[in-house]
Amino acid sequence: MALVALHEIAHGRAGDKGNRLNISVIAYEAAAWPALLREVSEARVLALFRHRGATKVVRYVLPNLMAMNFVIDDVLEGGVNSSLSVDAHGKSHSFRLLDMEIEAPDALQRRSQRAECP
Amino acid sequence: MAGNFLVGCGAGFSGDRIDAAVSVVAAIIASGRPGALIFETLAERTLALGHRARKNNPEMGYDPLLPEFLPLILADCVRNAIPIVSNFGAANPPAAARLIQRMAQELGLEPLRIAVVDGDDINGVVDMRSLEVCDGDASLVGDETEIVAANVYLGAKPIADALLAGAQIVVTGRVADPALALGPLVAHFGWAWDDWNRIAAGTLVGHLLECGAQVTGGYFADPGFKDVPSPETIGFPIAEVSADGDIVITKAAGTGGAVDLLTVKEQILYEMHDPAAYLTPDVTLDVTNVTLEQIGPDRVAVRGAVGHSAPPSLKATVTYPGDWLGEAEISYGGPNALARARLAGETVRRRIVLRNLPVKIRIDLIGTQSIFDSDDGALGTEGVPEPAEVRVRLAVSGVAQKAVDQSLQEVLALYTCGPAGGGGVRSRTQNRIKTVSYLVPRNAVSPRFTFLEA
Repeated sequence: MALVALHEIAHGRAGDKGNRLNISVIAYEAAAWPALLREVSEARVLALFRHRGATKVVRYVLPNLMAMNFVIDDVLEGGVNSSLSVDAHGKSHSFRLLDMEIEAPDALQRRSQRAECP
Repeated sequence: MAGNFLVGCGAGFSGDRIDAAVSVVAAIIASGRPGALIFETLAERTLALGHRARKNNPEMGYDPLLPEFLPLILADCVRNAIPIVSNFGAANPPAAARLIQRMAQELGLEPLRIAVVDGDDINGVVDMRSLEVCDGDASLVGDETEIVAANVYLGAKPIADALLAGAQIVVTGRVADPALALGPLVAHFGWAWDDWNRIAAGTLVGHLLECGAQVTGGYFADPGFKDVPSPETIGFPIAEVSADGDIVITKAAGTGGAVDLLTVKEQILYEMHDPAAYLTPDVTLDVTNVTLEQIGPDRVAVRGAVGHSAPPSLKATVTYPGDWLGEAEISYGGPNALARARLAGETVRRRIVLRNLPVKIRIDLIGTQSIFDSDDGALGTEGVPEPAEVRVRLAVSGVAQKAVDQSLQEVLALYTCGPAGGGGVRSRTQNRIKTVSYLVPRNAVSPRFTFLEA
């Protein structure tokens, strides 16, 4: 096992509604899916966003898509109509989540080291 | 495939690329299949700005980019029987319809059958105090004299009805975004409104298309990790839909961008909360059983959307006047830039406190730690590596515009009173809105369409 940044094994996108943000985390390869499920918990995601006032995280799992959807409450400092943040929508936060490091098998393919597609 | 109907998307928000629909329309024509073109351009703020514009001029209030979007494709759509369906009517669909009729005339087209959908504007029609709040700041409720806009998210039925009555263009105000695609599909295939799985499939088509290029490689590139070819000519999405609700997402040949499993997965979950219960006026969509298959270059088959009965009430969003937001920035570069930037931010903060200005303050050091931090700077910039340059940003908000402007002026004054080497001050103040969402009983709303009189 080794520590690997989510960004090397998963991709995702964030979207806002009011003061709530959802962030998808999607495995690039099937081999990474069990590690994502085991490591990227509601508690760890909440810890990552607590400094911005996040109160609750719900994780939805879509095995067909090898995807998880995190819904994070109260994380946008009021949301697009009252935030003082540069990114009032919070759209950039997908990459804060993808910066999380998790324990994953050594053999897992890192996206940055993959062979170029033809 | 024979029997398919195509839905193309020409815009995913107000402010999208104005020429994106050109390749979409050309591809629908080349396919020889029937199809429709949608533009989704209506955010809450766009609608509120539209209502303000209409107050000043009764012929304004539609999407400001409408005059740019439409002339490029209007003649091709009309001549090839491709209806155009869009919420670009915003706060004034009848005025948008009149503008489109004038455009048609200028293009030498016969007068068009343009349908206007209404019933979404409930300002003065429904008493908000009688409604259940489902999101937003409940403390605003009751201040009805100050309402900027109050609109219900309508479903696809008035759109489908208008198309069946022969509309070449359907102009709406607030409708649920996926309804723009579902309406033409129901009109074409004659799906029953309680054929939940097909209604769900049509709603999923709309959900995948409503943000334009976000499903074809837009808002996706991450160089070295997720590469996207020719983003400057990205092809906007086209859905090929069968009578059974089978979906293929693709884009025009020869355009930039990409349609693959990754781009489609990201968009399926975009702005979605519970994937088993995505609520729309027409259906409760469940995407948890959806499967994807790459069936060709830039072609992804989407199967397995499941529908459950539509929610009992509709959602309405009511907009109230908000506070003032002010932002001002100044840059520092070269040796010791971070220390000078910190001093600049701290100086401005002390000046605002000294002058007792009634505003809420945030200071960002852009280039070190800004977008991920909180208003109180909980993450901070201790230990960040010395950047080559830093942009200091002051953001303030308050109910009094004067106090906001006075705060911003303190950034300008850094030119003579601040740290050495500051440059590039820019500042702007804007009036914001506040929104509250309510649940509205269906029987309180009367969605309908009317044809613009020739």
